[in-house]
Amino acid sequence: MQAAEMNAMRAAEGLLALSQQEELVDLQDYPLSASEDEGDSDGERKHQKLLESIGSLDGKKRWKLAERSEASLKVSEFNVSSEGSGEKLLLSDLLEPAKTSSSLAAVKKQLSRVKSKKAVELPLNKQEVERINREVAFNKTSQTLSKWDPIVLKNRQAEQLVFPLEKEPASFVPIEHVFGSWKARTPLEQEIFNILYKNKQPVTDPLLTPMEKASLKAMSLEEAKMRRAELQRARALQSYYEAKARREKKIKSKKYHKIVKKGKVKKALKEFEQLQKVNPAAALEELEKIEKARMMERMSLKHQNSGKWAKSKAIMAKYDLEARQAMQEQLAKNKELTQKLQVVSESEEEEKGTEEEELLVPDAVNEIQMCTDGPNPWMLRNCNSDAKGEIQKDPEQPPEPMVQEVSESEEEEKPGGEEEVLLQEFEERRSLRKSSELSKNAEPVGSQKTKDSSSQEVLSELKALTQKLNQKNCQSKKQNVNLVKTVLQGQREECAPEEEEPLLLQRPERVQTLEDLEDLDHEEYSQIRELSRPVLEGERTERTTDNQTDASKGKKKEQMIDLQNLLTTKSPSVKSLAVPTAIEELEDEEEKHQKQIIKEAFAGDDVIRDFLKEKKEAVKASKPKDVDLTLPGWGEWGGIGLKPSAKKRRRFLIKAPEGPPRKDKNLPNVIISEKRNIQAAAHQVQVLPYPFTHHQQFERTVQTPIGSTWNTQRAFQKLTTPKVVTKPGHIIKPIKAEDVGYCSSSRSDLSVTLSNPKRPTGHHKKQLKKNSID
Amino acid sequence: MKVKMLSRNPDNYVRETKLDLQRVPRNYDPTLHPFEVPREYIRALNATKLERVFAKPFLASLDGHRDGVNCLAKHPKSLATVLSGACDGEVKIWNLTNRKCIRTIQAHEGFVRGICTRFCGTSFFTVGDDKTVKQWKMDGPSYGEVEEPLHTILGKTVYTGIDHHWKDPAFATCGQQVDIWDEQRTNPICSMTWGFDSINSVKFNPIETFILGSCASDRNIVLYDMRQATPLKKVILDMRTNTICWNPMEAFIFTAANEDYNLYTFDMRALDTPVKVHMDHVSAVLDVDYCPTGKEFVSASFDKSIRIFPVNKSRSREVYHTKRMQHVICVRWTADSKYIMCGSDEMNIRLWKANASEKLGVLASRERAAQDYNQKLKEKFQHHPQIKRIARHRHLPKSIYSQIQEQRIMREARRRKELNRRKHSKPGSVPVVEERKKHVVAVVK
Repeated sequence: MQAAEMNAMRAAEGLLALSQQEELVDLQDYPLSASEDEGDSDGERKHQKLLESIGSLDGKKRWKLAERSEASLKVSEFNVSSEGSGEKLLLSDLLEPAKTSSSLAAVKKQLSRVKSKKAVELPLNKQEVERINREVAFNKTSQTLSKWDPIVLKNRQAEQLVFPLEKEPASFVPIEHVFGSWKARTPLEQEIFNILYKNKQPVTDPLLTPMEKASLKAMSLEEAKMRRAELQRARALQSYYEAKARREKKIKSKKYHKIVKKGKVKKALKEFEQLQKVNPAAALEELEKIEKARMMERMSLKHQNSGKWAKSKAIMAKYDLEARQAMQEQLAKNKELTQKLQVVSESEEEEKGTEEEELLVPDAVNEIQMCTDGPNPWMLRNCNSDAKGEIQKDPEQPPEPMVQEVSESEEEEKPGGEEEVLLQEFEERRSLRKSSELSKNAEPVGSQKTKDSSSQEVLSELKALTQKLNQKNCQSKKQNVNLVKTVLQGQREECAPEEEEPLLLQRPERVQTLEDLEDLDHEEYSQIRELSRPVLEGERTERTTDNQTDASKGKKKEQMIDLQNLLTTKSPSVKSLAVPTAIEELEDEEEKHQKQIIKEAFAGDDVIRDFLKEKKEAVKASKPKDVDLTLPGWGEWGGIGLKPSAKKRRRFLIKAPEGPPRKDKNLPNVIISEKRNIQAAAHQVQVLPYPFTHHQQFERTVQTPIGSTWNTQRAFQKLTTPKVVTKPGHIIKPIKAEDVGYCSSSRSDLSVTLSNPKRPTGHHKKQLKKNSID
Repeated sequence: MKVKMLSRNPDNYVRETKLDLQRVPRNYDPTLHPFEVPREYIRALNATKLERVFAKPFLASLDGHRDGVNCLAKHPKSLATVLSGACDGEVKIWNLTNRKCIRTIQAHEGFVRGICTRFCGTSFFTVGDDKTVKQWKMDGPSYGEVEEPLHTILGKTVYTGIDHHWKDPAFATCGQQVDIWDEQRTNPICSMTWGFDSINSVKFNPIETFILGSCASDRNIVLYDMRQATPLKKVILDMRTNTICWNPMEAFIFTAANEDYNLYTFDMRALDTPVKVHMDHVSAVLDVDYCPTGKEFVSASFDKSIRIFPVNKSRSREVYHTKRMQHVICVRWTADSKYIMCGSDEMNIRLWKANASEKLGVLASRERAAQDYNQKLKEKFQHHPQIKRIARHRHLPKSIYSQIQEQRIMREARRRKELNRRKHSKPGSVPVVEERKKHVVAVVK
């Protein structure tokens, strides 16, 4: 078997290198096939025998064997005994006799040529060939497939894949193409089509009917050219005009614009006058137009100083003369626009005063209405300003002659733009104060008083506040004192009634403190009083400068120390006693010496103590901590170095609940960690999940939030992009080489298959035929 | 006087319509938004629960066949059209939007073994038990015409499967051998065999379109090259492979649905070890089809359920079943990757959502943002036990459930036995074999 395989291998190699055919083996050396290889002398003999026996079976056809003349083991079929069995006939043997004769030169040449030629190998058997073919084809195919490796890898690792991968070009097929092959078949369809054709409706080209086409054709070339030129001119003119307008619009100079405006107005006036002369009816119409404009102006809030610009100017008006003027101009414009034109049409310069009066009459009327009825925004402002101006300038004057006054004051104030700005500022307050004003109007004499009343109110409020504060102080002191009072009932009776007086504020305080001090100085016998003293101590130290108090304090302090000494001094004395006794026990010097050495040697590591310390720490760490919720400064006066009182601290300290006893409570040499929380463990990840290599990595991913609560909108969107995006209703086609930038082979698979020379179709066909015949 | 002013772009604070929410400037200082992990954890938990609440994958059942549905085919150009062939030789064309049958053809006598559409969508091919290949027009016969095939090819043997080339007018049939046909000719342009057993199915590679894969009943999968008209390689598995499906995004990857309850994903360049073994079914897997995105595939099984597997996971992410659905014979994933169709023994074609809890229809942008966020949260906390428990929970029919238990016990016993054997024999004499390598018997060159 092995030999056969070897053979096959060699044969395969031979086939692969068939085209080159460089190395050829001598016929002598190279065994042709497995069967021949085996053919030893022994086998050959057997073969001969077999042939003989076959030949003897039907003796008729066989010629008689030649007589044997020499002794030989083998007798050939062809009457030639091959001497030296197993030896092959070589070409050189044949050539040997030819050497001598010179006439055989041509034959010699031929023979030598034959000698130099190489023998063709035997073809391999079919299975082998197929297998080799398959292997070659597979290698080729895998090579073509591995060009996809980078793309596949990229797609697998992609943050986001959007399907379909290729952009579909929007293609609109004209309807004629779609319905090109379609024909009306059913009776209904045919009927419809008949109707359509009768009317020559466009079926294939839906844009133009034949009529339209004909009309299109009717226009001559010259006409079309002319029209085109005309259109061109018009377009050019328009563009010039537009360009000019744009240029003019861009000019920033105010002066220029003013001049332009004035020019326009003048022009308009001129035209109007001309119209009046020429065509009075048209002039009337023009007038009506102007009237309409006036009405519009009255209706709108334009030029009423209520716009954005006006408001900003109003703010600036205080400081800026220009702004003031601008505002005034605007108001003037408003007035101008709202004027009735009949007046204008008559002579203007003759009677200024009357005109003004006339102008003002409706305003005044409105004003009165306003005051009584309700708010009309811009009229009210005027009214208000009048009223205010009056108040400021002559508050003592009664409001009955107000109507006349108004005109005067307005005249006075007009030049000064300040006033109007101020008016706006006071607008908000107006509504509030309106009622009071009304009342003021009602009682003319008491105007001054009412004006002052506001300031008085403030004062009264302040007073009330101070009173309250005083009362509070008084009460707190009272409470403090009450504490003391309970202890020293008898001596404090005099001051108590004084303190209870609420109205006299300052005196009782002083009295109280002084008396307190006196009391305290005189009597120092009771300890209870000393306990209560610290409460008052702060106050006292602040207020008193008396020397006597110092003495008393000294005494108090001494007493305090006495009490504490008992506790504090004891401990050191005990210690001092204990240490020497311990040492005295180990009197033996040698032992002591040795211990010393050991101690020195292991001076660094006191294991037991370390362990105990560690355990203590662990216990301490595992104990639940109290929660301190005190907020320094809350409900107290603020300041630097503020400390919340002990009471408060106690009040807001939440004591942690005592946990279950530790498991290592009774095991002195063990620390059992109790960090693991069973309740939490049910929600925690026990094993590190697959793609992560370290627990910190995993923790980090969990800890970084991705929600929009913690991230900006952009980051949020980036963090939450889905891995695969598909468009609904779109067909996703398999990836193509063109999509990813590769060029696919130009020839189709089918054509390649058809042109394939080693197509086994015919062979198979034969086989199939054979099968069918069998 | 020049006054310099701060100017803000109104786009930053003006909303487009009055229905929009006011844009509120936010302070992202982390101290102002504490407990981010617990809050997100709770959100993830809720998202997972809601996903389970809204998981209603079953959309419709198309009934009309009078025998079991044997094969399904997608229309390459129209999402709404599906073709199905039944065991009584009937082919039906369905409209999915109306959920109605458009057209019925009595195509063959006996089973319709295979059906496939032409790449342009104008016609389709069927093969049947009556040894014929027929080409049909996709549009119905017009007025007054008789329903008949465009072409009929009479073969000598029964064809068991058919697939059309993705670009060229050629198709491949399988039966005794794999034949490749030019549409214009009545004889195959080439036929390839390797071995003598009958071939169950043949599939063209959608990317490198000259490659074919077939699976035969002598347990092997054979790959062919159409251009060179030669088989390439053969892999023999433990049990018979029913069908294969190529990944539409990765040219060299295909998945084989096997009788031994598993699916095997192979890289065709290295057939000796599958890339992944997908195991969850409890009975023979009959059909498999890839999602057009190439990230997942769906498998139909004899155990009356269909399962969806991610390509790189060995366990399924989803299982669909209904009480009335019997052995599922064929399954297809629609070309927009949103739906799954399966045809089963009890004559119905069922339409499922590919993502059980996905909302169908147009989503508002805010809705989509919320959905994406929820999806990311679920992914982020998927390893946490409480969330994993909810996300993994599926109701299964009792038969499947008990079979899973049984197989688990069997697997455990086998594992234990192997462990024991390893323990009591000379170290190294019982090697540890990967699960992937266990199922491949041989690769033949």
